Amino acid sequence: MNETSLRLVWIYPDLLSTYGDQGNALVVERRARQRRIPVTRIDVRSDQPIPTSGDIYLIGGGEDRPQRLAAERLRRDGGLNRAVANGAIVFSVCAGYQILGTEFINDLGRPEPGLGILDVKSVRNDGDRHVGDVLADMDERLGLPPLTGFENHQGNTLIGPSARPLARVRIGNGNGTGDGTEGAYCDTVFGTYMHGPVMARNPLLADMLLKLALDVHALPRVDEQWYEALRAERIAHATQAAAARS
Amino acid sequence: MSGNPEPLSPRAKLAVTAGKAAAAVSRAAGKGSGSVIGGRVALKLDPDLLARLAGHLDVVLVSATNGKTTTTRLIAEALRASGPVVSNALGANMPAGITSALAGGSDSRYGVIEVDEKYLAGVARDVTPKAIALLNLSRDQLDRAAETRMLAEHWREGLSGTEAVVIANADDPLVAWAASSCPTVVWVAAGQEWKDDAWSCPSCGGVLQRPGDDWYCGDCGFRRPPPTWALHGDYVLSPDGVAWPIQLQLPGRANKANAAMSAAVGAVFGVPPKIALERMYSVQAVAGRYDVVTYLDRQLRLLLAKNPAGWLETFSLIDGPPAPVLLSVNARGADGTDTSWLWDVDYTRLAGHPIFVLGDRRLDLAVRLEVAGLEFRVCDDLDQAVRAAPPGRVEVIANYTAFQDLRRRIGN
Ligand SMILES: [Zn+2]
Repeated sequence: MNETSLRLVWIYPDLLSTYGDQGNALVVERRARQRRIPVTRIDVRSDQPIPTSGDIYLIGGGEDRPQRLAAERLRRDGGLNRAVANGAIVFSVCAGYQILGTEFINDLGRPEPGLGILDVKSVRNDGDRHVGDVLADMDERLGLPPLTGFENHQGNTLIGPSARPLARVRIGNGNGTGDGTEGAYCDTVFGTYMHGPVMARNPLLADMLLKLALDVHALPRVDEQWYEALRAERIAHATQAAAARS
Repeated sequence: MSGNPEPLSPRAKLAVTAGKAAAAVSRAAGKGSGSVIGGRVALKLDPDLLARLAGHLDVVLVSATNGKTTTTRLIAEALRASGPVVSNALGANMPAGITSALAGGSDSRYGVIEVDEKYLAGVARDVTPKAIALLNLSRDQLDRAAETRMLAEHWREGLSGTEAVVIANADDPLVAWAASSCPTVVWVAAGQEWKDDAWSCPSCGGVLQRPGDDWYCGDCGFRRPPPTWALHGDYVLSPDGVAWPIQLQLPGRANKANAAMSAAVGAVFGVPPKIALERMYSVQAVAGRYDVVTYLDRQLRLLLAKNPAGWLETFSLIDGPPAPVLLSVNARGADGTDTSWLWDVDYTRLAGHPIFVLGDRRLDLAVRLEVAGLEFRVCDDLDQAVRAAPPGRVEVIANYTAFQDLRRRIGN
């Protein structure tokens, strides 16, 4: 953590904030403040440089054309790569997740280089768009309860040797590659297809980022009543819907 | 501008009759107004029916993400000053519903038609409109609808050769982009509260600059077209520089914008702004929206808000604290099944209001409000929420199917 205040950077709200993922920034900020951790939220528009001194960087989902524009501008800027080289924490969703990888298919149908800070590569799924509630088991090394979220994407993402799957799907598609994986992570860089937003459905993910940033193993408890009620409802809904389909 | 009614062919007559019969059966079976099912049967029998039914009408098409039902109603009221109007007033805005509405308009001079954004280009091709009003475009139902800029592109391509006069909101960059390929455009400065879908230049992808009310792209030079009509507070300025007072029973800035657009449309057909605006005053509620209904000794004002832009406009028109606010959100097919958009709505605007939460997705709302740091109460149903609210006026804000549920419950 930087000096006196935790610096939370929300990347490109003008391009990658179309699917409610700024909720992740709101949840991280809220849960930090509830622990009396001072937070500074920094929104960086795509014509501004990415600060390299952030503690936690969040990137959200966006439509296909803004995704290409964001990748172009982030590559040109180079700030996020420098921040990660310095140990910054990055949590990315959907289009943002694809951008962190080595390559994805852009809106023009052509391969677009990503930032290469997460060892994943995305291709376009030729079948139906993946839309719906997802239930997945988190990678056991993370020690987190099941992942619940909403996916809405046309991508299939392959995980390379230096990254691990974030979770294994029980219901839904996740990475869409047929191997049952969802999302990916390596050290302090995370990616997922989950909206909802994912931190609202899985607040312990927000706590995980805070613990990494603060270098602590535990945080004071906060009131989880509504988060837990929502999680239980969405998990039950996904389970019932899957049972009805089969 | 009105032509003589052209007689319908025997096939078209049969299609209209079959459609009316199907609608009657549907109504009798309790499946709603029957307007869509009737139109679907009729269109199947005669695919050109829409074009034929519109043949004798001066048609106005109205499309937008938000406000199209209300604006359709305001334009219809304005044009009634110069002739009978047929309209799909209940918001059945896809080809089947439009067909069904027009089938009742054989004696009309004008057809004022709300069109779903995705169908606008196709309907404009079929009915050869005299005018097309384009109000705004923003994110809506992203789990199934087209991307917002793609819709603008679709409008731009589909309307590029239109002979209609296009009345377009110059303050919405996506609408301006869509309309700027049309030969004849009347630009209206109707304002835009929600800006988060138009930070990128629709033309080149550059970052838009937005000093004050203006906007422009520093990269390619695409900029806000100079408007000839403008909404200015409670007035609409017409091209001759006269400020006409807007007096509506409908609340809020967004409805003033809808009235300004409607006055500009009226002028295309020779209806003077004074008369058009006076006639708009008569509109009190539109398909239940803005209605004030007494229920369990409280006065519920029913407000529909389907997406972040709609919620933002709605927050700006409700009574200030301590007016109680009741929020209801569903995520059924017609709403979009993903509730993530709740996080694009700034609920801190409700600070100080007693808040009551219901609907299928009340737990999503609860987490959203908790993270916004607001006090709220989660309720099982409408009656419980209304009884929990203090007597007097209650502002009720609901998304699409939640709104229908509320109307059904209170018998409105
Ligand atoms: Zn531009």
